[in-house]
Amino acid sequence: MPRPGFVLDVDKSTPPIMFWRGENFSLEKLPADRSRVIYAPEPHKPIDDIDSAIRHSLLNPIEMDPLPALLFPGMKLTIAFDDISLPLPKMTRPDIRQRIIEAVLDMAAEAGVDDVHIIAALALHRRMTEDELRHQLGDRVYDAFAPRGLLYQHDAEDPDALALLGTTDHGEEVEINKRAAESDLLVYVNINLVAMDGGWKSTATGLASYRSLRHHHNTHTMQNSRSFMDAHKSELHKSNWRMGEIMRKHGPKIFQIETNINNDTFPDPFAFLSKREWEWNGRDRAKFVATQAALKRTPNRIARNIFHGIEALHNMTSIQCGEVEAVHKITTENVWKQQLVEVQGQTDILTMGISFICPYNVNSIMNPILVMCTGLGYFFNLYRGKPLVREGGVVIMTHPTPNEFHPVHHPSYIDFFEQVLTETTVPHELEARFEKQFAEDEWYRHLYRTSYAYHGVHPFYMWYWGSHGMQHCGKVIIVGGDAPTVRRLGFTPASTFNDALEIASDVVGRSPTITHLHTPPLMVADVK
Amino acid sequence: MRAVPMKALRIDRNTGRFMLARLLSGFDTGSAAKMGPLTYGTADAPDLPGDGWHRVYPRLTGICGSDLATVEGHASTYFENWVSFPFVPGHEIVGQLDSGERVVIEPVLGHAARGHALPFENAAPGDGDDYAHLALPPLEPGIQIGFCNSTGGGWATELVAHESQIHRIPDDMSDERAVLIEPLAGGIHAALLAIAHCSNVEEPVIAVQGAGTMGLCAVAGLRAFAPHARIIVGARYPTQMRLAKEFGATTVVKSSDLARTVRHAVGCHIVGDSLSSGAHVTIDAVGNSDSIETSIKITRPRGRVVLMGMPADVTVDLTGLWHRETELKGAYTYGTETLPDGSKRRTFDIALELSATFRVERLLSATYPLTDYADALRHAAEAGPRGAVKIAFDMRQNLSRQEKNR
Repeated sequence: MPRPGFVLDVDKSTPPIMFWRGENFSLEKLPADRSRVIYAPEPHKPIDDIDSAIRHSLLNPIEMDPLPALLFPGMKLTIAFDDISLPLPKMTRPDIRQRIIEAVLDMAAEAGVDDVHIIAALALHRRMTEDELRHQLGDRVYDAFAPRGLLYQHDAEDPDALALLGTTDHGEEVEINKRAAESDLLVYVNINLVAMDGGWKSTATGLASYRSLRHHHNTHTMQNSRSFMDAHKSELHKSNWRMGEIMRKHGPKIFQIETNINNDTFPDPFAFLSKREWEWNGRDRAKFVATQAALKRTPNRIARNIFHGIEALHNMTSIQCGEVEAVHKITTENVWKQQLVEVQGQTDILTMGISFICPYNVNSIMNPILVMCTGLGYFFNLYRGKPLVREGGVVIMTHPTPNEFHPVHHPSYIDFFEQVLTETTVPHELEARFEKQFAEDEWYRHLYRTSYAYHGVHPFYMWYWGSHGMQHCGKVIIVGGDAPTVRRLGFTPASTFNDALEIASDVVGRSPTITHLHTPPLMVADVK
Repeated sequence: MRAVPMKALRIDRNTGRFMLARLLSGFDTGSAAKMGPLTYGTADAPDLPGDGWHRVYPRLTGICGSDLATVEGHASTYFENWVSFPFVPGHEIVGQLDSGERVVIEPVLGHAARGHALPFENAAPGDGDDYAHLALPPLEPGIQIGFCNSTGGGWATELVAHESQIHRIPDDMSDERAVLIEPLAGGIHAALLAIAHCSNVEEPVIAVQGAGTMGLCAVAGLRAFAPHARIIVGARYPTQMRLAKEFGATTVVKSSDLARTVRHAVGCHIVGDSLSSGAHVTIDAVGNSDSIETSIKITRPRGRVVLMGMPADVTVDLTGLWHRETELKGAYTYGTETLPDGSKRRTFDIALELSATFRVERLLSATYPLTDYADALRHAAEAGPRGAVKIAFDMRQNLSRQEKNR
């Protein structure tokens, strides 16, 4: 029986706590009697026979007919799937997307369906390489579809491949992939890593155009989502759901397949990274010391390759399919069961170790903008109820934050860092002054469509993700970060954790309460 | 020569010392100054060449990039026949006349100074399309004060200047501001050459490579006469970046990011390491092989590159220039300008006016007495990394002593 999440009150006997620092980590001693550490629940029991569970689910959907009943000869069938941005780190092969798509294809073949397209639902993310696609879908699917042009990646900038379905009563244009829109059946294959994934967001975001995405990927929406993880209080969720209504009325029939995975995040050599420090045995301590020392002497590029080479089990704990909202309701409940940790009250200082990965730098570099987004966009929003840190409190992150960018994956990020953040870090201001130019830049469009670059507007979206956190916090400190880079982000650099606490005292006094979010593995704090 | 002694730094024609300076400058400009063709000592002050000439007693004289190139033995051999040895360097001068009036010097030795007919009525010293007068009597050859044996230069306690070169300055203008008038005029001239090429463009993109004194002065000129332009500056050092912004640059980036910033501003593509389009005009305030090549690559086809930084012997692949039909335009000193509204004004008059607007005294970082010339030249050569912009010699103490003696 997996143990639930746990909030540790730090006392004098508590060992130092592990903090991620990019491609390394450190142990930090938290002040006794006013600090606490939130640990994620242990991984839930996985499904033993995944293929049977998939087949059972496809034959017993929720509020829809079984999949075989929806398939017929001559129909247009489109299968869309979540891209490389999840799960993190990547899943060991075979990826569950492969297993599900193979099962769907088997049923389609049995029904005589021969017009099948498979589309990666990229939204404005970078295109995936052949290796990455093979990893997700397997060689059999790739070899059968990609050479014939039937497996491809959504292009949010191809005017000939987009279809406008309508406009919501809030004026939001719903424009999605044309092939998907014109299909007799759209099967969406999702992996649900966090509560905001899935549901209408799969199609309304994953298969949408910039024209459509801009309606909810903006400062206003992000600052009014408290948090993204809580559907009832998320403007992002509401906007996607309004768009879902348009799709329900004017779009294709959608057969939504959602999966829950447990938070078994690190394979054996790195398993100690998921453990609670006081439960580390001698071998764990030795592994930690050896790994930390080795990484200190390892060039960044090699360390990055080592970490991005990690493949996690991410065992599937549930699969449900059928009508979008009914399916998503169950998925979300499952996510809460795996990730929710009850926490009493807010804190003056929220600390978080930023690791080597976020959804937008798989096989890439965690650049400064992504550090901000991971800390203030994702980790800050891992709450339900109230933010973990009180309004006006301090967020302390640990990350080296080098001024380093992947030139192929993140070209517009470099210009954003050099040309926009030098002017302003205020989200609504940079949105008004600069977003359009980046979004409509022909070169960025070209790189997004033909190379492996995130869309030109993507760094803005990252900045908007963090806008609620920026608005809420009195100060943000990055420990160990490159000082000029951290200042460019609008934050305060600190050399050590104690230095950061000293700096924070200007805002929260000499004896603040401290809460450390011990993630990954992922969790959500249910703050009472 | 008049047998009145003065203190001066002097450049002699000594090939061995030029070569030694060139060698040493790779390690330390101060050593190059000590061991090279430059010497400090007492010299005879120049005679007045004739009517209309004045004695000028420098108060502050700046150290220019062209001065440094000469001291370090890097100057082009092109100038060998346009200068006369030995000469006293220094052409960024605020000084004082015998009457006590403070003046700035427009150092080009033009037609009037040399007693030649003006190329047109009211021409400035820098005007004209025939430079024969620069090498003909009555003066020894010399393009400017500071490169002419007959006139002396600003790195001394005394020189001579023609009335046509003299601009009297108001009492409320500080010496520190006045010593920047000459480089400001140079920057304005380059800026106007840039603006002339894109006068019909609603919001031209103008790139500036380099943000030393000349680059910054060009930015000031651009901002003054093309308020609608998007000025993108590539700078190397934080002080330069800050000042470029304060002088009105729209965007200031590290030099290495200039190409991608220009690309982003115009929304074009990158083909190889060239932009498919680019800035309407690029002002190259660096003037070396790399900067010229970059300027061509970031300027749009049929655009203009204004070469303001003094180049010497450079190696540049000009295929891009040929293919893009880029116009490479030199920008030397100043003269009579045609402003965007069609009116004509002398560059120095504009500079005198704009010096207050831009508070150009901000660019003056340090002054040294002539005796500390090695330190001064070292500081000037390392200005960027040391957070400085303009270094100058301060002769005001010498002037006080001279006045007492008189």
